[in-house]
Amino acid sequence: MIIDTQNLDHRAINEAIRKAGNDCEITGCLGQRFLCAGMTGGNVTISGGIPGNALGAYLNGGTVTVRSNAQDAVGDTMNAGEIVIHGNVGDAVGYAMRGGKIYVQGDAGYRAGIHMKAYREKIPVLVIGGKAGSFLGEYQAGGVIVVLGLTENDRRIVGNFPGTGMHGGKMILRSECRDVVFPGQVTARAATPEDFKEIETYVSEYCALFGGSTKEILDSPFTVVTPDSKNPYRQLYVAN
Amino acid sequence: MNMREGEVRIPSGCAIAAVISKEGKRMTAEKIMDAMKPMHDRSNGLGGGFAGYGIYPEYRDFYAFHLFFDSRDTRKRCEAFLKEGFEIVRGETIPTRKIPAITDEPIIWRYFVSPLRSVLADLQLDEKEFVARTVMKINTEMKGAYVFSSGKNMGTFKAVGYTEDVGVFYRLDEYEGYSWTAHGRYPTNTPGWWGGAHPFTLLDYSVVHNGEISSYDANRRFMEMFGYKCTLQTDTEVITYILDYLIRRQGLTPTEAANVIAAPFWTTIDGKRDAYEKAKLQYLRTVFPSLLVTGPFSIVLGFDGGLMALNDRLKLRSMVVGELDDKVFIASEEAAIRAMEPNAGKIWSPAGGEPVIVAVKEGAY
Repeated sequence: MIIDTQNLDHRAINEAIRKAGNDCEITGCLGQRFLCAGMTGGNVTISGGIPGNALGAYLNGGTVTVRSNAQDAVGDTMNAGEIVIHGNVGDAVGYAMRGGKIYVQGDAGYRAGIHMKAYREKIPVLVIGGKAGSFLGEYQAGGVIVVLGLTENDRRIVGNFPGTGMHGGKMILRSECRDVVFPGQVTARAATPEDFKEIETYVSEYCALFGGSTKEILDSPFTVVTPDSKNPYRQLYVAN
Repeated sequence: MNMREGEVRIPSGCAIAAVISKEGKRMTAEKIMDAMKPMHDRSNGLGGGFAGYGIYPEYRDFYAFHLFFDSRDTRKRCEAFLKEGFEIVRGETIPTRKIPAITDEPIIWRYFVSPLRSVLADLQLDEKEFVARTVMKINTEMKGAYVFSSGKNMGTFKAVGYTEDVGVFYRLDEYEGYSWTAHGRYPTNTPGWWGGAHPFTLLDYSVVHNGEISSYDANRRFMEMFGYKCTLQTDTEVITYILDYLIRRQGLTPTEAANVIAAPFWTTIDGKRDAYEKAKLQYLRTVFPSLLVTGPFSIVLGFDGGLMALNDRLKLRSMVVGELDDKVFIASEEAAIRAMEPNAGKIWSPAGGEPVIVAVKEGAY
C-alpha cells in the first residue's frame, strides 16, 4: 500500500501507517516529525521526500527504510527493530537508543549515539557508513557504534571530542585514529582478531543493505574505543 | 480546538531559513515563505519575520527606515525628530493585507532618508555611525516608536504570528530581492511582541537566530560600553550589535567575526597546524573574550551583498545548507530546503563554529 503524505500532518500519517498494518510505502513527505514512532512491527519504506525529526522514535519492532536523507534524532530512545537510511542523517542519531539497529549509508551529524545504553540481551547497534561529526558517542553507556568512514573527502573519520563522558559500550572506527584526540577516560586500541570477528558481522550486514565488498572494507586498520575503568570520572567537575 | 497559552505545551524550537542568488538574480519572497511551511511546528505563532536584500533598487542610495508607532502623535513627533538630521525623500505606510491570522498591528511606516551633510559635518560622524546612533536614540528614548529596519536597499518585515502569515500580511510576494532570510519564533524568555520578532537589524545587518544564548548579560555589558543599548532583553539583539561592532566598527571580516563569537576551544586552537591561523585564532580570543557567545545558536547574518550562516561551537542547533545553480539555501531542516527547491543538491551540515559565507557577484547587487 502506498500512502501519499502531501498535506498530511504527522498524526494523520502515523494513523494511516497503523491502518495499513504497518506494511506500506510512504511518498511525498516533507519534514513531518515522529513518523513510525512507537511502531511495534511491520515494514515501512519512506521512498519519496524527506522525513522530519525523531523518525522512528521509541521504535519497538519492525523495519523502517528511508530512501533519502533523514533529519535529526533518528531512532530517539528506540527499543527494538531496525532503521535503514539510504543517505545521510542529521544530529543525534540513535539518541538514548536502548535496543535494535540503525544503519546509515552515508554520514552522520553531531552527537551520533549520544546516551546509548544496553541491558542484558538488549545491545543497540548503530552503524555509520560515512563519517561522523563531533561528540560521537557522547555519554555512551552501552551498545556498539561503528563508523566506517567510506565517504571520500579529506575530513577525519570523526570530528572533535569523540567519546566525551563515555562510560560503557564500545565504539569501532575504521581508521588508525592517529589524528583523533580521545578524552583521558577512554581507551583507544587497535582491533584484535577477536574484534574483527564482531566487526565482520556489522560490515557484512552493511554491505547486504547498501552494497560494497565486505572483504575490501575489512582490509583496513580499525580502532576500538572503550571506557577506561582505571581512570573513572571521579572529581571531573568539582573536588568534593 | 485551540487551546490558550499555558494550557498546552508544544515541544519546539525556532526555525530559520535563507536563500540567496550568487548572480544577484532577484526573486520574490514566495520561495522563502514556502520554506517556513514544513517548519511550522518549530514556532508557536508569537513571532515571524523576513529580511529582503535588493528590494528597494529605486531608493538604493537612501536608508530605508521601517518603524512601528503606537499612535499618530508618536509618528508626528518621530518625523519631526528625523527631519532634524535627515532629508526624508519619501514617507508612507508599509502596504499590508488584512488577514484574520494577524491582528493588533501597530502603525507601520517606512521612510527613505539621507543624513544631512551639515549635521554630519557638525557632529564629525560618518554616515553609518550617525544612522546607527539615531536608531539607538529612537528605540531607547522615544516611547511608542521603534525602528526595526535601517539599511540601504534592504528591509525587515516582522510581526506577531506564524511566519507564513506574516509574509502574506506584508505582501512580500510583491517584493523582489537577491537574498531573503526568515524566522519563525518560539520565544522562551520574553512575552513576544512585534518588535521582538526576528530579524533584528542595524543598518544593513540583519540576524535571524534559533537558540538561547547563555552569555547574554556578559555580551550586553561589553556592548553597552560602545553605545549599543539592548532594549528588548532578547539575545538576538545583542548578537546583531556584536556583529555590527566587529564587522563595521572594528573592520573584521565576517569569518573573523565568526571566530570571535563562536571561537574554537583552546584545545582545538592548540591542535591547529597552520601557524598563521593558530596565531590569529589566539589573537581574536584574547582581544575579544567578552564577545564569545556561549549556549546554543544557529544564526543567519544578512548584509549588503551576502550572508553568513553560523552555528555555536558545540553545534547545539541544527543547520543544513544546499545549492542549485546560482542559489544557496540554508535552513534549520533539510525539509525546508526541499520546500524551496526539491532538486537542491550538495546538501551538507556545517560544523559548529564553521561559518558559511555566500557573497553575491561583485556589481550584481
